[in-house]
Amino acid sequence: MEFGLSQDQLMFGDSVRKFLASEVPLDTVRQLAAGEADDSSVWQGLADMGLAGLIIPEAHGGAQLGMLDAVAIAEALGYAACPGPFLSTAIMSAYLLNAAGATDPLARMASGDYRVGIAFSDVIGSRKGEVTEADSKLTGQSLFALDATADAYLIGLSDGRVFMIEASEVTRSSLSTIDVTQSVCELSFHQSPACLVSSSPELVWQTIYRGRAIQAADTLGAAQYMLDQAVAYSLDRKQFNRVIGSFQAVKHMCAEMASQLEPCRAFAWYAGHAFDESTDDAALTACHAKAHLAEVGQFVAKTSTEVHGGMGFTDLVGLHYWFKRIGFNRQLLGSPEAVRHEAAQLEGLC
Amino acid sequence: MDLSYGSEYDAFREEVRSFIRSHKHKQPKPGDGIKSQGMRDWQSLLIEHGYHSRTIASEYGGYGGEPDIIKSRIIAEEFGAERVHRGFNGQGVTMLTPVLLEMGTEEQKKAFVEPTIKAEMIWCQGYSEPGAGSDLASLTTKAELDGDEWVINGQKIWTSTAHHADWIFCLVRTEPDAPKHLGISFLLFRMDTPGIEIRPLVDMTGDANFNEVFFTDVRVPKHQIVGQRGQGWQVANAILGHERGSLATPDAAMNRLNGVKRLMREESINGEPIMSNPVFRDRLMKLEGRVLAMQYNDMRLLSAKINKNQDVRLAGMIVKLIGTELRHEIECLGIDVMGEIGLSYGDNPHVRGHGSWQYQYMFYLGLIIGGGTSQIQKNIISERGLGMPKEPKIPTAKSVKEA
Repeated sequence: MEFGLSQDQLMFGDSVRKFLASEVPLDTVRQLAAGEADDSSVWQGLADMGLAGLIIPEAHGGAQLGMLDAVAIAEALGYAACPGPFLSTAIMSAYLLNAAGATDPLARMASGDYRVGIAFSDVIGSRKGEVTEADSKLTGQSLFALDATADAYLIGLSDGRVFMIEASEVTRSSLSTIDVTQSVCELSFHQSPACLVSSSPELVWQTIYRGRAIQAADTLGAAQYMLDQAVAYSLDRKQFNRVIGSFQAVKHMCAEMASQLEPCRAFAWYAGHAFDESTDDAALTACHAKAHLAEVGQFVAKTSTEVHGGMGFTDLVGLHYWFKRIGFNRQLLGSPEAVRHEAAQLEGLC
Repeated sequence: MDLSYGSEYDAFREEVRSFIRSHKHKQPKPGDGIKSQGMRDWQSLLIEHGYHSRTIASEYGGYGGEPDIIKSRIIAEEFGAERVHRGFNGQGVTMLTPVLLEMGTEEQKKAFVEPTIKAEMIWCQGYSEPGAGSDLASLTTKAELDGDEWVINGQKIWTSTAHHADWIFCLVRTEPDAPKHLGISFLLFRMDTPGIEIRPLVDMTGDANFNEVFFTDVRVPKHQIVGQRGQGWQVANAILGHERGSLATPDAAMNRLNGVKRLMREESINGEPIMSNPVFRDRLMKLEGRVLAMQYNDMRLLSAKINKNQDVRLAGMIVKLIGTELRHEIECLGIDVMGEIGLSYGDNPHVRGHGSWQYQYMFYLGLIIGGGTSQIQKNIISERGLGMPKEPKIPTAKSVKEA
């Protein structure tokens, strides 16, 4: 019996952390925010480390690792607020295309040359201009499609079918959100030719559940960064001739954050493991992990900012990028209330 | 990640199941007190088969098995699944015995361990005092040596099972001039010694779960001390660490949460089952997510006992704080889903679950406070888990003069 990450997983995670610490500093995020750079060079670097092909089979040029490996990596990416389409291309699209037998794009995805965005808003809950299909042509609009610079997109329809479409066939406009590290866009279709990839509602949901497990881990990493920063700041900042970290009021804020966050580590690991072992509770665990991390992440984001006092509110320390990443993860692919409702349905409670 | 226990444990699990099938009928009946023959017989049967006191050497009355975390876990799982009595686990068994085995003299181990684990000798714990709660080391109950006897004067409080106890393990101040942590000793003495008065302390549940215990010139043989004079704080800290984690297990929390689910399915308001109310359902699911996090945290802690290279210090430190608060909230939801019925208590004919929802709701507030309050837990987590400094001490007239 061994619950936790293997030596290989720990070492891989460490090398990703080292890469991110040196190659993706806060300045990179600031350049993205200012529109002075896009995430392509970061993504190529991550692809060279094997992240783009993480769960893609070796036969298609990937590393053929599992969801627990992916969870461990997502935690590292969240810790660095790292830009790039890990969630969309490397996890959700790679999983769905492989499971659906549409393996042609996988090799190019694994090398980092080809990005496949995800437009599943109609599956999660339609808002306006629901996408319809006739004769393999799509019409309508998709909101909040993941990855504003993808080469192609997977479009989930409300009936659970999934179509793939080249970016050149759609009208695309980037959408500003709170989080500059994860790009989203609006896609408009006007009789746009698309290719049916899957007719299985089960498959589209399995893809969403995997995405949620990754989001949970990403929030875990981002929240851990914020907590670490808060503790470090409290041991440096002095008021009343003492470091503020010696005041019980501040210590208890940090203890509360650590107490809520630490069990989430085991929770996220199990959520990944459950997919690798195809346990009966895999979907339910992913929903619970996503919703629970959304709540804990929100608490840590707020509290760690408060520990920084006025500086936490400024752009100078840049803490807000992590605050916003946690907020982004909270809403995308279902708000906590919506996801808990789904969890109750999965359990047959309603 | 490997969550299987390995096929070599299958035979052991079958052995436990077979024991439960053939001996379940012998477990203590409801109403069998901790001093009943039924309890003692069951306790002996469990020890004989290695399902209690498994790793305690047979020369001290235990089963004499090798430590095996997985086997212990399997025993807990199987007994839990069949709701079979785990045997008597009073403070003497869970807290004093490990300390005696580690720090007691050979004579003390021989004299106390066997009757304690066999439930023939019931203990209570004399730690807290009216003036020494969170600041336990400031305790003032004093013991002075007079010839071959300690003479004890003072008062203890929050002493559970004092009214049943044959013996007490007690912290007393023996070195009044030493710094406070170094002036304490750990004594063992009989509760029928002249000069001991027990007053039950009725708590908010309506029961007297605790007592006040008064000592007036209580005379105790000099050798009934564990460790050396002045080492009592070290001994006490070893035991408190043992207490914290066991107050709120996630498996018990999940059982209670499933109880809330049953209530929400069975109870209805205006003809609608409560489960169909989305507000209550969201509270339920929110709590379920929190319990799951603690269950996986618990598996991580279990794994670290087997694989010593895993660092789980923080994961272990937070269990008492989070576990007791979580349990209190689960009991609260159990009450809330019942609406006015949830007010029922005592002999009210409409009460559900024998009044356990209101009782546990209050009892867990007691556990949030007892065994180190939530605020003390946060001090420990921030200092030992996150490396934050202790609150500076306010200078006293004495310390200023000495400086």
